[in-house]
Amino acid sequence: MLAIVGTVPDESFPLVQGPICLKGDHTLVIDGIQVPVNRGTPALAGAVLRAGEVLGLDLPQGILVGDIGRGHGSRRLYDHLTQTLPEMGLSTLVFHYLQPDVDWHNKVLFAVDAMAERPRLIADAGFMYAAKMSGQALSYDLFTPDVGELSFLADETAPHPFYTRGFILHQNNQVPDLIARACAHKNGARHLLVKGRCDYVVRDGKILARVDQPAAEAMEAVGGTGDTLTGLAAALMETGRSIPEAGRIAALANRLAGALASPDPASQVVDIINQIPAALTRAIEIQEPSI
Amino acid sequence: MFGFNFFKSKDKTRKTPCPEDLGILVFENTSEVIQAENLLKSRGWAVKVMGPPPGIQSGCDLVIQFPLIEHLVLMRQLTEAGIPPLEMVPVTDPLLKPVDLFHTKDFGAYLMVRAANMKLTIEKETKIIVNISGGGCPDVPYLARKMVGNHLDQAPRPGKIGHTLCGYALELAYEEINRQCSQ
Repeated sequence: MLAIVGTVPDESFPLVQGPICLKGDHTLVIDGIQVPVNRGTPALAGAVLRAGEVLGLDLPQGILVGDIGRGHGSRRLYDHLTQTLPEMGLSTLVFHYLQPDVDWHNKVLFAVDAMAERPRLIADAGFMYAAKMSGQALSYDLFTPDVGELSFLADETAPHPFYTRGFILHQNNQVPDLIARACAHKNGARHLLVKGRCDYVVRDGKILARVDQPAAEAMEAVGGTGDTLTGLAAALMETGRSIPEAGRIAALANRLAGALASPDPASQVVDIINQIPAALTRAIEIQEPSI
Repeated sequence: MFGFNFFKSKDKTRKTPCPEDLGILVFENTSEVIQAENLLKSRGWAVKVMGPPPGIQSGCDLVIQFPLIEHLVLMRQLTEAGIPPLEMVPVTDPLLKPVDLFHTKDFGAYLMVRAANMKLTIEKETKIIVNISGGGCPDVPYLARKMVGNHLDQAPRPGKIGHTLCGYALELAYEEINRQCSQ
């Protein structure tokens, strides 16, 4: 089973755990509570669900809490994970928009170690920062950074993104160097899926694939397309595909979904998510040398 | 861990110096830059947050541009406030010229302003915020939820409801798009 751990940008949203499903085109339902499919973890979950329609996956398990960036909800969720993860049977576990907290990160990783079978671990956004800050990045199977986040992974001296050159001023022309540096200092997961103008699929520091087409110009304005890419990669990994193969198909499918949505700068990520079944079907059909 | 406080500034500005009279202050981290910016602006200094020039390898993603003639006073005030810069560099060479944080893209009916990693897009005719993208900080989904769909004048300020560096960058984008709309 695939589980998604993350936050909903609403402080009143309670800590919930259970299967997530779609209701119509714009709404998720978990534990009887409706959540709009918008950027952040709900966009990631929406992408997983739409991909699951094509891939024949069971409904993912959601472990969600309300957090608006202050960390109160994240810390409650971390506490919950330390108590419940050891008893759970999961094959893929995605950590998403959570307040970075190294102590709690380490406790959660101990809980993962206590599971009967270790799931494949994916980290993105805040939890990925905590994984790097803890020095335990290699415990993860996949990180999905954007170029700024990659700069933080690549800066072996930075204790926090605040100290990193390139975290908010992206160095798009230096991505291969940043990948090499992140991996040389063991601050990257074994696999990276770097999101940007060109998406990079990486294993053990080696770039295995670059995906930069199709490219819809208006996609730059649409928030949440990085979340959907992580969701697609997670869904494809859940089918048992290799992580590089899952990353390559996910990058292509995400771009195709954007193109199929014919986006303008006012398009919302849900418009793109709803194109995922057609896009993913096409991306799987496109034969590439196996990686 | 991730947050910082935004301090309100009075934004009194003094005489704008010629480019050759400028210097930059380099700090270890962006939190210190934001604190220094707020302190100096609250005291009426004409300072501006920019990106670091290619010729400076130390420091973080932001520097403060200031009137060089005032450097002794500014250094003293920042040191007294407990936020001394790593170094002060006169802008004497093109490689030492700080980088503009803003990039504007005109999509016809829509206008997008990027400040560092955060992008804010409005519909030109209505000035409704239609999208916010970029950034993986924990408050970004919340900022998008609160701002998208609102008129620029009625949307909450990201500097007031954000808690992170991405929130700060979005505040810069918000100020810049407002400036462009008021021209």
